[in-house]
Amino acid sequence: MRVHADQEKCCGAGSCVLSAPDVFDQREEDGIVIVLDAQPPAELHEAVREAAAICPAAAISVS
Amino acid sequence: MTTAESLDALTVPAARASGCPFDPAPSVERARQTDPVIRATLWDGSSCWLVTRHQDVREVLGDPRFSADATRPGFPFLTQGLRELVGRNPTFIRMDDPDHARLRRMLTADFMVKKVEAMRPEVQRMADDLLDRMTDGRTSADLVSEFALPLPSLVICLLLGVPYEDHAFFQDRSRVLLSLRSTGDEVRTSMDELLEYLTRLAESKQGAPDDGIVSRLVARGELDFTEIAAMGRLLLIAGHETTANMTALSVLALLRNPDQLARLRDDSSLVKGAVEELLRYLTIIHNGVPRIATEDVTVGGRTIRAGEGVLCTVNTANRDEDVFPGGDSLDVGRDARRHVAFGFGVHQCLGQPLARVELQIAVETLLRRLPGLRLDIPFEDVPFRHDMGIYGVHALPVAW
Repeated sequence: MRVHADQEKCCGAGSCVLSAPDVFDQREEDGIVIVLDAQPPAELHEAVREAAAICPAAAISVS
Repeated sequence: MTTAESLDALTVPAARASGCPFDPAPSVERARQTDPVIRATLWDGSSCWLVTRHQDVREVLGDPRFSADATRPGFPFLTQGLRELVGRNPTFIRMDDPDHARLRRMLTADFMVKKVEAMRPEVQRMADDLLDRMTDGRTSADLVSEFALPLPSLVICLLLGVPYEDHAFFQDRSRVLLSLRSTGDEVRTSMDELLEYLTRLAESKQGAPDDGIVSRLVARGELDFTEIAAMGRLLLIAGHETTANMTALSVLALLRNPDQLARLRDDSSLVKGAVEELLRYLTIIHNGVPRIATEDVTVGGRTIRAGEGVLCTVNTANRDEDVFPGGDSLDVGRDARRHVAFGFGVHQCLGQPLARVELQIAVETLLRRLPGLRLDIPFEDVPFRHDMGIYGVHALPVAW
């Protein structure tokens, strides 16, 4: 799994951080998404897919 | 049901069924099942579309072809007051990108998850202080005025740098601004008073800066005092009315579902999930999230034309059986994370991490400290907020 987050689209709602805190965080200065682990281990895949599904700005993609 | 019949039948705001105060209006629920994208008539005789299903609501709120700009002709308004305020000190929730994003991003850092999580001890202390006072020598109280409302008010005052001792003033003005019954004059007066208060507050921070959001917006120098006041007004109202009503309504819903209450008392690890389920089940934004189409767009098989208004009824979306099987029941063990109680799209609630922390602490603390908590009036006598833009209860007499 490869995780990508579009910082232009991100609206800083933080739901990805709540779903998958080992994979996503927010930039200190403006709360915009950062990817901590672009190739997360298998046990986190479901949480990442959930984060992508609930992202209100469709900023997270998984391939 | 044919479309012509439904047009006559559906008016917004729609009335709830008596005895079912937690459920969306039956007319809108019926539409979701039979005619999910449907025309409805508003209070002023104008018409708009109701979008009632989960998938369709996500599509509309996530699609930039649907504008949040209330100054566009045809934008649907739920009250006369809201219509009369259009164009006066708009905030970013009624703007589109790029203006919306530019303004919202001035605040996102303040509500991001780790910042809000760091506030847990402070919020917990506030909750405990309020309960200490509420229970001191007494066995009954109004949970709204003594706990559910002051807790988020204290928190948002701290975040903004607004003196909490002014709470009677801004809570009263908020009530007028959110009442579906307020006249245009009443809304204008309350809005002016609130903006004047916040403008003065912003000016005062110039000489005496603090850690609050208002002070930092002043120091940033990108907005004038009027713009800062408008942003402060949005945060102040959104920051306390929503959480206050979710807290009180959550307690009432749990008291009415004693099996769910017992599960939660027995296993506090369920609290986070239970709060998501309560957000889904209760959805206090009960009259729809307004948008206007800027192009012709097909939603749920219907073509919404450019210039037509849309209300996304997030409360019916959160009961959609395709996403939440058995969704008319409260189930604190359900995975409810896909709810749209905070909206969807780039305008989704900025303060949701804070609302979650406040609700988790409020519910957990109440259940832990008041094991005998019960309703102190007949359920039929609970004053529900049918008359307000944000649903909830006006008061909640409880005993313990």
